[in-house]
Amino acid sequence: MSTLARPTATPTRRLAGEKPHLSERAKAERRLGWLLSAPAVAVLLLVAAYPILNAAYLSLFDYRLTDPGTRAFIWFKNYHVILTDNIWWSDLGTTLFITVVTVAAEFAIGFAFAMVMNKTFVGRGFLRTAILVPYAIITVVAAYAWQYAFANDTGFVDHWLGTNIDWFGGRWSALFVICLSEIWKTTPFVALLLLAGLAQVPGSLQEAAVVDGASWWQRLWRVTLPNMQGAIMVALLFRTVDAFRIFDNPFIMTGGSNGTETVSILAYRQTIGRTEIGLGSAMSILLFLGVSLICFIFIKLLRTDVGRVTNT
Amino acid sequence: MTAISIKNITKRYGDFVAVDDVNLEIADGEFMVLVGPSGSGKSTLLRMIVGLEDISDGDLYFGDQRVNDRAPRDRDLAMVFQDYALYPHLTVYENIAFPLRLHKVAGDEVDRRVRSVADRLELAEFLDRKPANLSGGQRQRVAMGRAVIRDAHAFLFDEPLSNLDAKLRVQVRTQIARLQNQLGTTTVYVTHDQVEAMTLGDRVALLRRGVLQQVGTPRDLYKKPSNLFVAGFMGSPPMNLLPAEIHPDHLSSPFGDIPFDAAQLPASLAGKDVIIVGIRPEELTDASLLDTEQRGRGATLKGRIDVLEWLGNEQLAYLPFKAPDAIHQQLTDLQKELDSESDQTQLIVALPDASKAREGDEIELWLDPDDLHLFDPATTENLTLRQKPAS
Amino acid sequence: MRTSGRARIGIGVAAIAIVVWALAPVMWIVSLSFKQGDDIDNQQFWPTHWSVENYKTVFQTSLFTSALRNSLGISLITTVISVVLAMFAAYAVSRLDFPGKRWVLVSALAVSVFPAISIATPLFNLWRSIGLYDTWAGLIIPYLALTLPLAMWTLTSFFRQIPRDLELAAQVDGATTWQAFRRILVPLAAPGVFTTAILAFFVAWNDFVFGITLTSTDRARPVPAALAFFSGASQFQQPTAAIAAASVVVTIPVVVLVMLFQRRIVAGLTNGAVKG
Repeated sequence: MSTLARPTATPTRRLAGEKPHLSERAKAERRLGWLLSAPAVAVLLLVAAYPILNAAYLSLFDYRLTDPGTRAFIWFKNYHVILTDNIWWSDLGTTLFITVVTVAAEFAIGFAFAMVMNKTFVGRGFLRTAILVPYAIITVVAAYAWQYAFANDTGFVDHWLGTNIDWFGGRWSALFVICLSEIWKTTPFVALLLLAGLAQVPGSLQEAAVVDGASWWQRLWRVTLPNMQGAIMVALLFRTVDAFRIFDNPFIMTGGSNGTETVSILAYRQTIGRTEIGLGSAMSILLFLGVSLICFIFIKLLRTDVGRVTNT
Repeated sequence: MTAISIKNITKRYGDFVAVDDVNLEIADGEFMVLVGPSGSGKSTLLRMIVGLEDISDGDLYFGDQRVNDRAPRDRDLAMVFQDYALYPHLTVYENIAFPLRLHKVAGDEVDRRVRSVADRLELAEFLDRKPANLSGGQRQRVAMGRAVIRDAHAFLFDEPLSNLDAKLRVQVRTQIARLQNQLGTTTVYVTHDQVEAMTLGDRVALLRRGVLQQVGTPRDLYKKPSNLFVAGFMGSPPMNLLPAEIHPDHLSSPFGDIPFDAAQLPASLAGKDVIIVGIRPEELTDASLLDTEQRGRGATLKGRIDVLEWLGNEQLAYLPFKAPDAIHQQLTDLQKELDSESDQTQLIVALPDASKAREGDEIELWLDPDDLHLFDPATTENLTLRQKPAS
Repeated sequence: MRTSGRARIGIGVAAIAIVVWALAPVMWIVSLSFKQGDDIDNQQFWPTHWSVENYKTVFQTSLFTSALRNSLGISLITTVISVVLAMFAAYAVSRLDFPGKRWVLVSALAVSVFPAISIATPLFNLWRSIGLYDTWAGLIIPYLALTLPLAMWTLTSFFRQIPRDLELAAQVDGATTWQAFRRILVPLAAPGVFTTAILAFFVAWNDFVFGITLTSTDRARPVPAALAFFSGASQFQQPTAAIAAASVVVTIPVVVLVMLFQRRIVAGLTNGAVKG
């Protein structure tokens, strides 16, 4: 026997203003969700947000650790001092230079690596292992390695090239080695990210382009790269932020001398070297703002979809 | 032991109603198929029966026990998921044994029961493999094995065949039918494929956007669809739906006139001039194959064949037509809802191999007016059901 | 698509070049560590005499051995805490529905871009006043700012790869939440947890900024910071060779881990960055 259904009715709408009724199970799920994620978030706030807020507070003071008696509230005078000082701008320039150069090189070389790794058949595992070593090695160790290689007295580079350059004596030669070390260390990581993005471009797209008569170069620019855009942008954002914060390499190689000081090193020198807590904190805040600006540019202006990482 | 009673069950997600006031009685041992296009609420309904979704309104009974608030593991149901949900880190043996291990069944008892189920499902040689090393069909059987081993009160299947290729689908379909026959367990089976619904179900419940359209045997839904949607959903190729103008003594369709006594129409249609006529592709024949006596007993239509497909045992002829705008919109909307791609209204006829018709030909088609279904364009109700006595 | 024979050779050559490029500086440091005395100034790539003198020196230096102890202890503790906290959060974010879910990962993302020096400078002041300066705890706490976000992302993306249906199927089969967790989720999540621990350990092991800012003696000074304070076997010698030997010692565990788990590590690194 069959039953006659009433003609298609519009779905029942709830009365406006009624609150959605949550079952016991949904409520319990909510509570569990909060309970489990709260510790991690609390720790994050504690170890990161708190110090930053502390720094913001301290930056408003003229505070020398070795002379606590003279601590005084001076509003934004510290910022004024920093932003009108040539050293700050020179260091910022150095930092930006290193950022642009290293990120550009890492992505260009990294992409080439990724393409090679994509097509490698034999020894892929060995290649991957080799490529992970620069990533995993301690940055300080890498810095020493490059420093010793280019050092005038112990290094082999001058010997091989037949030159006698004091690499770390001049600004641009020192920056060259610093960038080289940084690029060496981080390109593998970028290569891996790009490789993963590359592997996701469907092979059928490439084949369709070949049939349509596209050359290798055309395929790269018109098919491969556009389809990797999302992954590339995310990787670019993180690498740029990392490069802007650079500290280890220049600190070990030159200590920041000869015009190779970066803003992070400057902040360090103020706080630890000169114990000028107020100034150092102000610099930390400025650094933090700089990083935030970079994130803003990428996420809002360049529309980097960070959601691919955090997406629920 | 277990009949399932679904009384006025509704499911809401915020303002969106996924399942709207559904009433359904599933008898003990019955194979009930929930069928409908995507978004019809059939999976949601199934998940409410299992307990993976909360019921917004209404009552769910197993036998005479109200089970709305019971956790899934206390409902004693077995489920086969669409993607099989096999535990990738366990062997086939352990996958099937899993429910037993949970209840701390003794080792040799487990062994006996697992092997018996494995034999029944032809999985004995795969017992040591992990799911990653099995084919689609084999994984399917493992999922069924895990369900069967529990002697549960009812089996629930959530589109189990949709991940298989066409040929495999037919094979596994028969296996499921055979299994259910042997075990006699109450089964609720969700699918979007009306062929599966027709071949597997004792009874079929068709859902559309959360609303139950019709419940009955496959034959009932096929021969006596209660509305336009049911008529268009069941059967492949689907029922032809033609607009027809109402005249006192005939209906005027795009392909010709059909003798008809308008007085038979219910009063609700007084003053209306268009009606929708439904006729199945196999109910139309090539008139040239009939002798004059047979021809006289029915009505004839004429049209031009646009495309002719030869399928070996029969041919399908496609005759496009133009419908008045309002009806055209309604018909194409219905087609979209039934997941069809076509934006053209056309008549489909199933011709025997013997027919000499060719593409581009004008063909004369014969039909028996008694086979017609008449649908009210406004309410989409099937009017012919009222007059025909239950067969 | 098939690669032509010529292209294959080209790729092979390129691959070899990549390997050389990646390992050359490491070989250089190894070579330095085996150079003795004045050999340091020989300006050659390889030593003229191979000697383990530097390694002996290094292991006799309490500066180094205590630094090694500090690094190991601090990195391990940081890793354990990060992974445990991140596990709970990752389970919640990938499996449960609750308001503010998005903010959990967003906050992890935000913290990961904080400049370390911006956190170190206020802590320098703060730790001195509450006595955490130059202590293990004084380092573990800021290290969490480095490792916890990474652990949260990585674990969340690993958890997301485990189909939800599996736990639901277990529930339908009769498992309690705990049984489903223990028998299904734990075995499947274990590899991801392990990989995350390795990645977190690398980050902690590598830190330099916090190490030099928040310590002053070998009570808590970790290896990267200690390297900067090295001196040679005698005060007349350059610390170069000693630093090289120390560097090799601390690089070995890292290289071993990479060799054993390169597949997992790559999976962990690229998981979150590229969504399928």
